[in-house]
Amino acid sequence: MDIIQILLNGIVLGSLYACIAIGFSLVWGVLNIINMLHGSFIILGGYLAFFAWQYSGVNPVFLLPIIAALLFGLGYLLQYFFINKVVMSPVLTTLTLTFGLDMILYNLMTVFFTATPRRVTLDLGTINLGDMYLPVDRLMGMGLALFLTALLFLVMRASKIGRAIVAVRMDRQAATLMGIRVNNVYAITFGIGAFMAGAAGVIFSMVFPITTNLTGTFLGKAFVICVIGGLGSVPGALIGGIALGLIESFAGYTIGPQNATTVGFVLMLFLLIVRPTGLVGVKGYE
Amino acid sequence: MKQFLYFGAFALWVALIAATPLLADNYTIRIAISIAMFSAMAVSWNFIGGFTGYPSFSTAAFFGLGCYAGALAQRNGIPLVMAWVFATLFVAVFAAMLGAIILRLKGHYFAIGSIAIVDLTRLITSSWGSLTGGGDGLNVPLLQGSPQEVSALVLYVMLAILIVAFLTSIYVDRSRLGFGLKCISQNEDAADMVGVNTTSFKIVAYTLSAVFCGAVGAVYASWVGYIDPTDSFSILLTLKVPVMVLLGGAGTLLGPVLGAGVFVMLEEVFWANFLEWNRAILGGIIVFLIFFLPNGLLKIQYRTLYGALVQKLRSAPKQAEKSS
Repeated sequence: MDIIQILLNGIVLGSLYACIAIGFSLVWGVLNIINMLHGSFIILGGYLAFFAWQYSGVNPVFLLPIIAALLFGLGYLLQYFFINKVVMSPVLTTLTLTFGLDMILYNLMTVFFTATPRRVTLDLGTINLGDMYLPVDRLMGMGLALFLTALLFLVMRASKIGRAIVAVRMDRQAATLMGIRVNNVYAITFGIGAFMAGAAGVIFSMVFPITTNLTGTFLGKAFVICVIGGLGSVPGALIGGIALGLIESFAGYTIGPQNATTVGFVLMLFLLIVRPTGLVGVKGYE
Repeated sequence: MKQFLYFGAFALWVALIAATPLLADNYTIRIAISIAMFSAMAVSWNFIGGFTGYPSFSTAAFFGLGCYAGALAQRNGIPLVMAWVFATLFVAVFAAMLGAIILRLKGHYFAIGSIAIVDLTRLITSSWGSLTGGGDGLNVPLLQGSPQEVSALVLYVMLAILIVAFLTSIYVDRSRLGFGLKCISQNEDAADMVGVNTTSFKIVAYTLSAVFCGAVGAVYASWVGYIDPTDSFSILLTLKVPVMVLLGGAGTLLGPVLGAGVFVMLEEVFWANFLEWNRAILGGIIVFLIFFLPNGLLKIQYRTLYGALVQKLRSAPKQAEKSS
């Protein structure tokens, strides 16, 4: 296989990974919570896209805003009514709680949607450039993922709520004194995390078959990307995602696709020990 | 006095479990084995999660490695008991080496590091097909004897592991080590300043949290006769064990045993009726636990609760009189 083809595959995969990890990284960075629900949010978005597409025949690209908004609502409510109550507790409590909520969501999905792998098939063909080939649906997924990433970056930079989120992240107490309703900001942040997860799920359902068994895999990817890219920053998650995409793509080629995930985890453990703030992370935010 | 009460309760509980082969049918013995097995793992987890306060989620990695080490040792001709001992030692050494690396992390990073260990061990076990049989799993030589004899044997071995784990936790609780671990849980930097060797204490706690899981895993593998990566390194197991300890009361001696017993029996009741919903039920138990029992069953102020109840009962008739 050509090296440029591997490179391209890696970048396409990496942009999707970035979209997966951004919400997770934001929630961890701002709320200091490891959101074990993230993988299930992604799959939920994917399933909703599949069933809505199957029922109505509308291209999932147009369904994406609606599904992501639904996920935002779910995330907002979960944070507002459950997780906010323990948000200041030690990591054992918050992690166990999100893990427990994940178990409930996972179980509901397997019962209502069953674990059959499903995929939205759009049949858009492929583009051939010399001896490389690129499926159009993957390119479209990559474009969407990058667009959403840019959008979130803008929201965090330029909007009032984005500034409020950054302020809460920097100093919760000071933000409270400035009149920011911290609980509301937390719920919105968690909602944005779920929004991005849902959107990533919609994109994934157009590119790969999805099933509930993948929740853990997606969550693992989010872990690795956060450790590579550092927490809570959009560019960090983008760099981390693309780095992981490239690493997995090359590892899959050289030592076999079944070991690609292992390489990611080993790299993560290594980085955790050497540089726990991430390659592009800021010190003092851990 | 209170201490004696606790140990008496433990002894009574163990005796009750040990008596099941004489009194009850195979189904009950199965539950008893489950209780002994999970209690041993919960007591084990308590060393790192309860005393030291580190959110470790790597229980399933130790359990799974114990399964595979025991099974592979037996398949290579090592006799049964030696294989179990070998698996236990293997897991202990593995945990000590791993601990030296990942215990440098704290809080959230330690938590995801420890979860990643479970995924990593599972992935390596699945892809190292030539040694472990990969995703097809591995057949373990069956135990000799009739089904009743086998389950009684497994039960007594599990109980023995539980008793050793429990005695170790009493010893640790009263020793310098336990004191140091509790210091670490309160403030690690301060503990370091006053001369607690935090690194080696944490490694000892982490190893203790692994060694009994490894032993239990090896016995479990011999009991069920077949192991595969998804079952041995199950992410559910890694969550269940800490939840049991939290349910009973983290950092207490009796809490893990109580929590594991209550949890296994609750699960058994639910499983019998709602098999499809087992994950959701686990999740429901967790949500209930976090919001209504944040300190576990042992730390409920039963006296206050009783007082409040009595007061309510007394005032209820009065109110009824007033309103009429």
